Amino acid sequence: MNADCDLAIVGAGPAGLAAAATAAGLGLKAVVLDEQPEPGGQIYRSVERVATTRTAHLPLLGDDYAAGLDLVRRFRATNVDYRPQTAVWQIDRDLTLRYRDARGIGNLQARQLLIATGALERSMPLPGWTLPGVMTCGAAQVLLKSAGMVPDGKVILAGSGPLLFLLASQLVRAGVKPAAVLETTTYTRSALLHGPRFALAPGYLAKGLSMMGALRSAGVPLRRGVRGLRIAGTERAERVEYERHGVRYAEPADLVLLHQGVVPNVNLALSLRCEHEWDDLARCFRPRLDSWGASSVPGVLIAGDGGGIMGAKASELSGSVAALAAAHALGRISRQDRDRSASALRNELGRHLRARPFLDTLYRPAQEYVAPRDPDTIVCRCEEVRAGEIRRLVTGQGCPGPNQMKAFVRCGMGPCQGRLCGLTVTELIAECRGVPQQEVGYYRIRPPVKPVTVADLASMDIDV
Amino acid sequence: MFRKLPEPGSPLVTVTVDGQPLRVPVTFSAAAAVLLYGGISRTTPVSGSPRAPYCMMGVCFECLMEIDGAPNRQACLVTVAEGMHISRQRGARRAET
Repeated sequence: MNADCDLAIVGAGPAGLAAAATAAGLGLKAVVLDEQPEPGGQIYRSVERVATTRTAHLPLLGDDYAAGLDLVRRFRATNVDYRPQTAVWQIDRDLTLRYRDARGIGNLQARQLLIATGALERSMPLPGWTLPGVMTCGAAQVLLKSAGMVPDGKVILAGSGPLLFLLASQLVRAGVKPAAVLETTTYTRSALLHGPRFALAPGYLAKGLSMMGALRSAGVPLRRGVRGLRIAGTERAERVEYERHGVRYAEPADLVLLHQGVVPNVNLALSLRCEHEWDDLARCFRPRLDSWGASSVPGVLIAGDGGGIMGAKASELSGSVAALAAAHALGRISRQDRDRSASALRNELGRHLRARPFLDTLYRPAQEYVAPRDPDTIVCRCEEVRAGEIRRLVTGQGCPGPNQMKAFVRCGMGPCQGRLCGLTVTELIAECRGVPQQEVGYYRIRPPVKPVTVADLASMDIDV
Repeated sequence: MFRKLPEPGSPLVTVTVDGQPLRVPVTFSAAAAVLLYGGISRTTPVSGSPRAPYCMMGVCFECLMEIDGAPNRQACLVTVAEGMHISRQRGARRAET
C-alpha cells in the first residue's frame, strides 16, 4: 500500500492537536484535516487570533480557553501537514480519505486513521426552536470566540449543563447581562453519590462554584425546575413561555440560546460502520472502543469527545494515548515504550474522568426535552417532520426504527443528515415502542458525510 | 440580535447580502456577517419558513446560502472576502422554464 501518511487525523480540536503533536514527536508522518480555518476545535476556537489581535477579549473567555494556546503552539511547532478548511466527506475501509477543500476534491491514503471530530450540542427540540432568534449556547460562544460578537437586546439562556452557566458568566464579563437563565435540570439526588469523586477531579468543582457565584453577584435571574418550555413568535422569536411549580410564565426575548449538553459527533465513525452502543447515562450512542481508542474497524482510532464526552483536557490526553497506539501499530515504537509513555497520560486522564459520573448524572436531560410531547414540535429541522407524526407512524403504522422513518417521511434525509434529529428520533421511537434505545438503533449513515457536488464527483479520477 | 465588541484597528471588508453592502471584519464567517445585521439565512424548501444560522459549527446546515454564485454553501464555514456576494436562498429551487 502506497500510503501518503502514517496517521491521518480528522479534526483539529484538543484530541486531534495533541495526537498530531505526539505522533510528530515519535517521527510519524501525520496529516490533520479540519473543517475550520484555525486550529483549536470549538473549545479553543480562534484562540491564536484572540491572543494576538483581540487580547482584550481573552479575559472574557476565561483561563480554560486561554490554556488552549499552549496546545495550539505545541501543534504549530511540529512539522505536521495541517490542512484547514478541508472537509472529509468519505473514508473507505482501506483508509482512503476523500476530502473537499478550496481547490476541489482530493484523496489521501493513510496507514492509520484517528477520528477526532469531537462533540456536537444535543438538540433541544421544543415548540418554536426553528425560529430565527433561537440558537444554541455553543453558537453564541462561537460568535464570541471567533468574531467578538455578543447578544444584543433581551437574551434568555435555557436548558441544562455546564455550558449554560459558562456562557452566561462569559456574557456577564463581556457586559451583557442575560434576562434569565432557565434551568430544565431535574436535580436528581443520585448525582450526589458521585459528588465526592467529582470533588477530586482537578479544578472542576471550584470552576463550577465560581461560575455560579459570578452569575449570582451579577444578579442574573436563575430559574430552576423549568418545564413545558416553548418559544413563541411568528417570523422570529418574541417570547419564551414555561411552567414552574404549576404556574405558567411568559418572558419577552430577542434571542433565546438553548443547550442541553453535548454528545459525540459520530457521523464519520458510523459511516465507516464502526460499532456503536447506547450509553444510557449520557443518553447518546458512542463508538465501542478499547482502552487505546481503537474502534471495531482495523486501523481506525477514535479519541476525545467523539468517543464519549470527556471534556477538553481529557480529550487532549486521549488523543496522545491514541497516537501512541498508532505508532505501535505501525511498528514505530515497542509495546513497552507505548505502555510506558501511556501510563502517565492515563493517570492524568483518570483524574479528569472522575468528573464525568457526577456531571452526566446531574445533567442527564429530562425525558420531555429528548422526546418532545407537543405533537407540533419540529424534530427534523431539515425536512420539517414533527413529533406527532413520528409518534403516529410508530404507534399507528408500526414503523419500527429510524431507517424506516426515513422511508415514511424523509426524516433525517435533509442536508444535516440526521445530525440534529437522530437522537430525538431514536428516543421517540424507543418511548413509543417501550423498548431500549439500543434496540431501536440509529440512522444508517452513508457517505458523503459532508456535501459534495455532482461536478465534484464527476471530476474524480477513479478507476472503474 | 448581536453586536460587535469594540476591536480597534481590525481590517474590514465589504460584502453584500442580497445586494446590500455591509462592512465586516476580514476574519468573519459569512454567517456571522448575516447575524450581525440581524438577518435570516434562508427560507426552507419544505414550508418556506424563515431560518437563521443556528449552530455556527458546521452541523445544522441552517446557514445554507448562495455565496459568489455557488448555492448551498455552509455560510458558517466560509470566511468573508472583499466583494463577496452572499444571497439568501428562498424556498425550494425551481427548474427554469
